[in-house]
Amino acid sequence: MAVCIAVIAKENYPLYIRSVPTQGELKFHYTVHTSLDVVEEKISGVGKALADQRELYLGLLYPTEDYKVYGYMTNSKVKFVIVVDSSNTSLRDNEIRSMFRKLHNSFTDVMCNPFYNPGDPIQSKAFDSIVSTMMVQAF
Amino acid sequence: MSPAQWDLPPELCCRPVAFVALTGLDVVYNAIHRAIWDAFCANRRADRVPISFKVLPGDNEYPKCRTKRTSYEWYIPKGILKTGWMNKHLNLVPALVVLFYELDWDDPQWKEKQSECATKVEIVRTSLQGRNTKVAVVLIQKKTPLPPGEDLVASERASALCGACDLSGKSLFVLPHTDHLVGYIIRSDFLFLNKHQFKMGFFSELKQDTQNALKYYRTAYSLVHELRAHETNMLEIKTMAGFINYKICRLCFQHNTPLDAIAQFRKHIDLCKKKIGSAELAFEHTAWMSKQFQSFGDLFDEAIKLGLTAIQTQNPGFYYQQAAYYAQERKQQVGQLCSHEPGVGYPAPDPLETTSGALDFYGQRPWRQGHQSIDPPDSEKEKQGILALQVKERDIPHSELIIALLSNAVAQFKKYKCPRMKSHLMVQMGEEYYHAKDYTKALKLLDYVMCDYRTERWWSLLTSILCTALKCSYLMGQVKDYITYSMELVGRASILPEEQKSRIEKNLIKVLMNEVPEPEPDCDPLSVKTAQSLWSDRISLAGSNEFTIEVQDYVPFVQCKAKFLSPSFHIDEPVQLHVYVRADCPHPVRFSKLCVSLSNQEYNQYCLLEDASKGKDILEPSTQENMCLVPGKTRKYCFKFVAKTEDVGKKIEITSVGLMLGRETARYVYLNWRGGWGDAASSHETLQACRSFKKRTRFPEQQVDWDTVTIQSSTMIISRVPKISVQLTHEPPALTNEMYCMIVTIQSGEDTVAKDIKLTAGLKPGQDANLTQSTQITLNGTEVCDDSHPALLPDIPLGDLHPGQKPLYIHCVSTGSRILLFHVAYSVSATVEGKDITCKCHKDETVTLETVVPYEVAMKFVSSKFEHLERVYVDIPFLLMMDILSASPWPIELVNSEVQLASSMNAIDQPQSQVEGVTLQTSECASECFLLKCPPVQNGTTFAGDHANIVIIVVIILAVNRHLPSYVLELPSFGRVRESLPVRYHLENRTGLVQDVEITVEPSDAFMFSGLKQVRMRILPGAEQEMLYNFYPLMAGYQVLPQLNINLLRFPNISNQLLRRFLPSRIFVKPQGRNGDTSIEAA
Repeated sequence: MAVCIAVIAKENYPLYIRSVPTQGELKFHYTVHTSLDVVEEKISGVGKALADQRELYLGLLYPTEDYKVYGYMTNSKVKFVIVVDSSNTSLRDNEIRSMFRKLHNSFTDVMCNPFYNPGDPIQSKAFDSIVSTMMVQAF
Repeated sequence: MSPAQWDLPPELCCRPVAFVALTGLDVVYNAIHRAIWDAFCANRRADRVPISFKVLPGDNEYPKCRTKRTSYEWYIPKGILKTGWMNKHLNLVPALVVLFYELDWDDPQWKEKQSECATKVEIVRTSLQGRNTKVAVVLIQKKTPLPPGEDLVASERASALCGACDLSGKSLFVLPHTDHLVGYIIRSDFLFLNKHQFKMGFFSELKQDTQNALKYYRTAYSLVHELRAHETNMLEIKTMAGFINYKICRLCFQHNTPLDAIAQFRKHIDLCKKKIGSAELAFEHTAWMSKQFQSFGDLFDEAIKLGLTAIQTQNPGFYYQQAAYYAQERKQQVGQLCSHEPGVGYPAPDPLETTSGALDFYGQRPWRQGHQSIDPPDSEKEKQGILALQVKERDIPHSELIIALLSNAVAQFKKYKCPRMKSHLMVQMGEEYYHAKDYTKALKLLDYVMCDYRTERWWSLLTSILCTALKCSYLMGQVKDYITYSMELVGRASILPEEQKSRIEKNLIKVLMNEVPEPEPDCDPLSVKTAQSLWSDRISLAGSNEFTIEVQDYVPFVQCKAKFLSPSFHIDEPVQLHVYVRADCPHPVRFSKLCVSLSNQEYNQYCLLEDASKGKDILEPSTQENMCLVPGKTRKYCFKFVAKTEDVGKKIEITSVGLMLGRETARYVYLNWRGGWGDAASSHETLQACRSFKKRTRFPEQQVDWDTVTIQSSTMIISRVPKISVQLTHEPPALTNEMYCMIVTIQSGEDTVAKDIKLTAGLKPGQDANLTQSTQITLNGTEVCDDSHPALLPDIPLGDLHPGQKPLYIHCVSTGSRILLFHVAYSVSATVEGKDITCKCHKDETVTLETVVPYEVAMKFVSSKFEHLERVYVDIPFLLMMDILSASPWPIELVNSEVQLASSMNAIDQPQSQVEGVTLQTSECASECFLLKCPPVQNGTTFAGDHANIVIIVVIILAVNRHLPSYVLELPSFGRVRESLPVRYHLENRTGLVQDVEITVEPSDAFMFSGLKQVRMRILPGAEQEMLYNFYPLMAGYQVLPQLNINLLRFPNISNQLLRRFLPSRIFVKPQGRNGDTSIEAA
């Protein structure tokens, strides 16, 4: 399960960040922010190949000592970032993918809300609860 | 312990190379020996096997070899790896000793020299004392050897020498001292190498066979981890594991298998991560971890320098970064573990002191070297030792270490396109500098990266950086920075809780009042004390109390939008400007000045809002309220001024809006909005606002929705709306060449006199260039314009306006439409806001004028029978027919027409205009007709017609045939049925040639005739022939005469048709009436 889930706007500012409260929130913000380096490199480097495949999942962005950071980018260039604890070896690539898909679906619902102004921070209970199901449960 | 405790020993980090000792060389005094030595050492290139050479005297003392155990039974090892071991094998014990000896095969004293050589070998052997070191002998010879096998003496003596020295044949070399020295030496390098491959043990294996060495290391690594680990030997095991891991990774990089290296390192880290060892010395573990990462980073970096390519997600930066994390953790642990009571000092006697000054084995405790049982031998000693280590650790400059590692990582991430990672590390560096109390450096770094986070709108991160930066600026007493950071932390970009914002705002107000602010929380108390005195000094400091902050680089807590009410203002109305200001701090804030700078600075004085009660302590309530910004409410300030007449046609821009916070008497800061609006976050907010569905909720009176305020940062000053009318009276279309009259009527509706009226009339510039040439304008309609008249008449002065008209004539030489411009300029005085100004006004009127051709003249030549003529013939009269077709939409009166004949043509009678005074309606046609004749010789005709005051000259070239016979027919004007009709044909030859003529007459139904039906004759030049026929008409009416065909035999080309033109083909035959009979009888 994730320790941090973030939605990043096309312009690379955060639309939504939630992390487990036990660890430093700021640290996760930095982790998500720095992972954008890799996202940018990935989308610029293999732009053509990626566009052909229509592959939204960007895979493991970079491993740190303690966490693994995964990325996903929608067609409108909104990025999702999921941070997972490195010790959590039970999570497979497929599960990460399905987490992203779930996240994407929920994000689509947010975007469909006529009262949501695209580009504003996401404040949606439905989205929150979807994210909660994917987060490590804090005790 | 020194900070170098965690550094890897240098002999571990260097690339190990075999140590070969050379003896018997006298490099100082013997030139040949020197040359050999140089050849070994000086030119070692990459193609040669890496060996370290050293010249030693023959009887050098090598380290003594201890007696090897025959069995490990009862052997309790004191440790794993002795500290001197690697150095010993790298620099002290040679793998091979090479003895150089000068001896030629044919030396006269061979026997003596052989035994001397053998003695030298023996000396070397003895000094090595049973170490497994090879000995080789090199004979330095002056003569080039013969090919092997040919020199029998040589081979015999060689084997003898080998026997004497107890050497195998392979260990004897001959080095002829010739030109090919280097080549020989390279060869011998390889041979030496083969020798020492035998050297036993994995360590010697490493000397060059890296693959095998790697194998040994891997085994060793797994063995190390199989050792029983407990608290007492944990450090030793980790140290050894670190060494071996280092070696393995190094070799992997050397073998160009970086992935193996990384995998090994990961394994190593995963295995060792949890082996913390003694909890009281936890910092030792983190220090060790940090070192592991750092040295791996170094190895990685080194490999990259040698050509390995790294990628963004796998580069040395990550290892340096992790090393820095561990260093930070170490620092934290130090804070927890080493904060002893002040009384606790370094224990005496020093438990870290050893008799030799160094450790015997890597990774052991100095106070219990060689101790191998689980429990410490002496718990008191153990305690003292730990205390000593802790006290020593306290003195280590942790921040320096961390910063060095971070800056290493920054350099790497910069290389691998990770700007955000770089920024993040720089933030950490800044924070570390802050902890190390180097506030200047901290602030510099933080300030540098702050704008990255601001432009990317990561407010959470920006807030955290700003908080640190604020602390730094507080502790250094940097007023401007303090104000800047406070403003941002109080504002909307900050995610600080309200009470924090409130605290910072109160501090900010204090600073603006030139007071000492409250210290920031969690600051070092000592630094706070220094800071407070710094701030008190600032109070007394005169000057430097004025600051300007360029808002576009920050997100301050005051926002501003300035706009002109309209994109353009007429000169006779006041320019209006609104400035909207809004604060988003927790407490209301009062400003003392608001000023707008415009591109024309003369207006600035009108756009200024200032504390009226400057200097006074109590403000009037109205002003006080006016200049107070209530959080969340938008205030509007209106300015207006009258533009100067010189600025007509110019743009006025808001260059900046300044808002002064604080008082001039104390300390004040100017917030400067360049262009009148917008800080670092505004553009995005504006974009979001205009996308927003939240449409304009109704605000109560006097309140404005911030998002709906649009920007209009420039306005145009345009001239006053003219109160005059320009009317054009004319009747289009114009005719070509006509002096077309247009009447311009200017009527003033001004209240005062319109002065200096000037009219510019004519072709509107910018049209086709041909039009300019074919249009002429004049005020004088009595005479026809020529090319000297311009197409545009500028500035026709009309004086002060007396309502009137101005006729204007336009002469268009070509057809087509053209745009005419009438520009009326005048000045008038007006009063705006109690100011008298003279306004220049102008009005433009354009009209599109169509020009058409008034009439068309068509001409043709016809014969006297009105038949179309393609040629006219000499002396034969013809008619010139002229048709004038009116194309004008209104009647045109033809004043006169005239035919101007060229000299080659004569009029038969006086040509008089037949259309004089005729009026033609639209599409009516007038024709006239002139009888002309061409006298012989001439061949040209000019015709000219004139009409009204328009002249058209038409030149028609006619071709005239000069050499044809002429025929004349005498024929009565009518005939009568059954009455004889005599017809005589005259043929005259006007040519200079004799003409053969054949004449036939074709029968006709209407006539009987008598006369020659077919005849051939010859007519002399100038002669005439007469033919007489008697026709007898049979029918009444228009009857076709019997056709006379004439063939000119000499000119077969001349058509019969042409000749027949002159002959009548019909005749009217009257019926035979009764009355007619009588008349005939009478006749």
